[in-house]
Amino acid sequence: MKYRYLPQTDQDKREMLETLGISSIEELFADIPEEVRSKGPIQIPAALSEPELVKYFTGLSNKNVNFSTHINFLGAGVYQHYIPSTVNHMLLRGEFFTAYTPYQPEISQGELQAIFEYQTMVCELTGMEVANSSMYDGATSLAEAAMMASGHTGKKKVIVSRAVHPESRAVLQSYAHGQGVELVEVGVDSQGVTDAAALEALIDDQTAAVIVQYPNFFGNVEDLASVEPIAHGNGALLIVSSNPLALGVLEAPGKLGADIVAGDMQPFGIPASFGGPHCGYFATTTKLMRKMPGRIVGQTKDENGKRGFVLTLQAREQHIRREKATSNICSNQALLALAASITLTALGKQGVQEMAMINLQKANYAKQALQAKGFEVTYAAPSFNEFAVKLSKPVAEVNKELLKAGIIGGYDLGLDYPELANHVLLTVTELRTKEEIDTLVQELEAITRA
Amino acid sequence: MRNDQEKALIFEMSKPGRVGYNLPELDVPEVDVASLLPKHLIRETPAELPEVSELQLVRHYTELSRRNHGVDNGFYPLGSCTMKYNPKINEDVARYPGFAQTHPYQPEETVQGALELLYNLQEELAEITGMDAVTLQPAAGAAGEWTGLMMIRAYHEGRGEGHRTKVIVPNSAHGTNPASAAVAGLETVTIASDERGLVDIHALRDAVGSDTAALMLTNPNTLGLFEEDIVEMAQIVHDAGGLLYYDGANANAILGIARPGDMGFDVVHLNLHKTFTGPHGGGGPGAGPVGVKKVLEPFLPKPIVAKDEAGNFYWDNDRPQSIGRVKGYNGNFGILVRAYSYIRTMGPEGLLQVSQNAVLNANYMMRRLATAYQLPYDRVCKHEFVLSGVIQKKLGVRTLDIAKRLLDFGYHPPTIYFPLIVDECMMIEPTETETKETLDEFIDVMLQIARECEENPEIVQEAPHTTVVKRLDEATAARKPILRYQAQ
Repeated sequence: MKYRYLPQTDQDKREMLETLGISSIEELFADIPEEVRSKGPIQIPAALSEPELVKYFTGLSNKNVNFSTHINFLGAGVYQHYIPSTVNHMLLRGEFFTAYTPYQPEISQGELQAIFEYQTMVCELTGMEVANSSMYDGATSLAEAAMMASGHTGKKKVIVSRAVHPESRAVLQSYAHGQGVELVEVGVDSQGVTDAAALEALIDDQTAAVIVQYPNFFGNVEDLASVEPIAHGNGALLIVSSNPLALGVLEAPGKLGADIVAGDMQPFGIPASFGGPHCGYFATTTKLMRKMPGRIVGQTKDENGKRGFVLTLQAREQHIRREKATSNICSNQALLALAASITLTALGKQGVQEMAMINLQKANYAKQALQAKGFEVTYAAPSFNEFAVKLSKPVAEVNKELLKAGIIGGYDLGLDYPELANHVLLTVTELRTKEEIDTLVQELEAITRA
Repeated sequence: MRNDQEKALIFEMSKPGRVGYNLPELDVPEVDVASLLPKHLIRETPAELPEVSELQLVRHYTELSRRNHGVDNGFYPLGSCTMKYNPKINEDVARYPGFAQTHPYQPEETVQGALELLYNLQEELAEITGMDAVTLQPAAGAAGEWTGLMMIRAYHEGRGEGHRTKVIVPNSAHGTNPASAAVAGLETVTIASDERGLVDIHALRDAVGSDTAALMLTNPNTLGLFEEDIVEMAQIVHDAGGLLYYDGANANAILGIARPGDMGFDVVHLNLHKTFTGPHGGGGPGAGPVGVKKVLEPFLPKPIVAKDEAGNFYWDNDRPQSIGRVKGYNGNFGILVRAYSYIRTMGPEGLLQVSQNAVLNANYMMRRLATAYQLPYDRVCKHEFVLSGVIQKKLGVRTLDIAKRLLDFGYHPPTIYFPLIVDECMMIEPTETETKETLDEFIDVMLQIARECEENPEIVQEAPHTTVVKRLDEATAARKPILRYQAQ
């Protein structure tokens, strides 16, 4: 077998061994005790040639229903959007995707500047003052926000709305358990947004933060203006998890008093990719800047006074603080942050607003069309690009039928909210045409009335 | 553009009216936004994002890429980061529509190919590491460390030994180890290394006790040395009731040669973006799967991929003792696809040769460079080694200067000033994908720099001379942070 990634020829090896004064590579492993040495080859399948590999993986890929084979109305945190062709072309430049963390700024100005621009874009979208260079994903970014709030306030209780993404809450629970933070959930009112009265009742002076999602998991737009005074009135921070695309039309959380805004940049140029890699974003205020987890790029000057960029505020980071660290993030999602930056550059000031508006309008059209056919929309609250609908049959059953019609149906809310059995969360992005929406409505009608 | 010019920010190139996109026209009746959203939640001031044409965008990012150094540009011997070649075919495979355009919440029967891939990867990583079960959920190495420690904590708590809160970490460990312990609610006990550069076995014996949760170890360690007392160390920790955690950052040295599971480790994380060629991407994404022995299997994050008797793959969520979820959705799936593509390309014999050649390359470089730089631990190394710049320091040249001088020759420098226990440290990891010619050229440059330190130290002290910027003022950057662009 030949290995195209392994360049050393037999002659190379002989020469190298000669320099080392030994006769076989085996001698280099003499320090590994015999009793722990592997006795035979690893039991995994034999190597595939490149054409065989392509065939094998194409076979696996072809077994999966996907957005190119079906019309998709599934979202619930991961969205199918327009990705400009330029994104992939730029990302695949080896200077970007085969580099690591820009530890040596003089030969990493490209990556550092791209991150600096990304941080600026995150600030602009969220209305916040500072942002970091990325987190693993929306869920872990939100969990880190909660841990940061607890660390900053010295308080151990965090209140999270039940209308926050169930997986974000699950990750938050794991992080909270690790750091001894108590997580308390606040319910949802009949409108489908966080129950303000219940929040008032739960919050106290030991509360580090209140977490809401905007728009929330049901697609509904939380009224941050009514949540903010409750949080701040009790000395808690307000943490907002936002779909960044929605911020093309919704008021920026920073303008409405958020202390930390965290979420996922996936809607901007990042494929759904079965759930990852995506790109957590994290933004906060100047006041909390030095508590922010993750890597941060700052502008400075070189010895000749020329503008340049460096990793900065590193005293916060795990490799300096070691056992005193409050976050352990090291590798992040830089390449995906670059994808988001390129997409935000392509869309630009106009495109982000236009795309958000199309999402809002099309989802509203779908909602109205379903209501016109007698479907019960679960909540009356305003929504962005997804909304809940009550079906007369189990969602899994309906989705099975939709699949036969070439449609990937919505998210089964009953999986996470027992009281919402038979309620489906439908997502309509700019990629769905009126015709496709009308088809969905017809199919749902036919399936649920059958 | 000229090398000596400042590169404009994308915001500085912006002009109102230019676009780099096309969206379809709205084909549904437009409704007044004021009827859809409350007035105070409608955005008043749009985000100030760039307005550039598509060609401007392409030139901007092309220019930025030219101001960046990756493995595709040249040698990148950054120790502990395993900057090996990132195969192009993996990028193709990860973009197949059945992978890149699938939704994590699709019904299981519609994603059997993706689940099969994940299942196979779980199984094969378990075999490669000698463990019984694997989770693919953690997003990176540090996330894997934390996941593993949370499982160890749950294991002890489950046995009524929640008082086991101490994690023993050698002073050569990666900074993430103690940080991960802290965020898992555990405490770090640091133990010394001995004159061999290995864990001081007496110090370990003294450190273990009824409060020991685990020993966290990188093997080979960050000095590139194999912890040859590993069997005895495992015995000491297990006898004290603790578990052994394997930091897989250096797994590139041991594929097919010795498995952590056979060394006595109970938990292992792997950095798929290092050993298994996921691209480093300018800082990520990574993937940090964690393998465990049978006793820890119930605590794995959920869900994991399982296979039923009919051969169908499904998400196993019925795991009552699970530590829960550590990341959204299914881990960094795209990186898992790339890693699996690499494993299937190499096969068992190929992976063995990967480690053999990585170790040969490192020893060859170490031996030749030891003629001009101090070798603090003079013994066989594994996939990487450390040198000290103390000889050059006496001449007034610091390791930082040597690193900057390497930039003039088109190389990414080694990891510097880590591990912390070696003065003026340089940690060099060539990887197996570099030719002997590349190693020889780099060695010659290093030897030349050592001569420069004696004959003409200024040229090293004032380096770099050829980069787009000179050394940057990091102190001011931290003291007066400018973290975003502001229009004048």
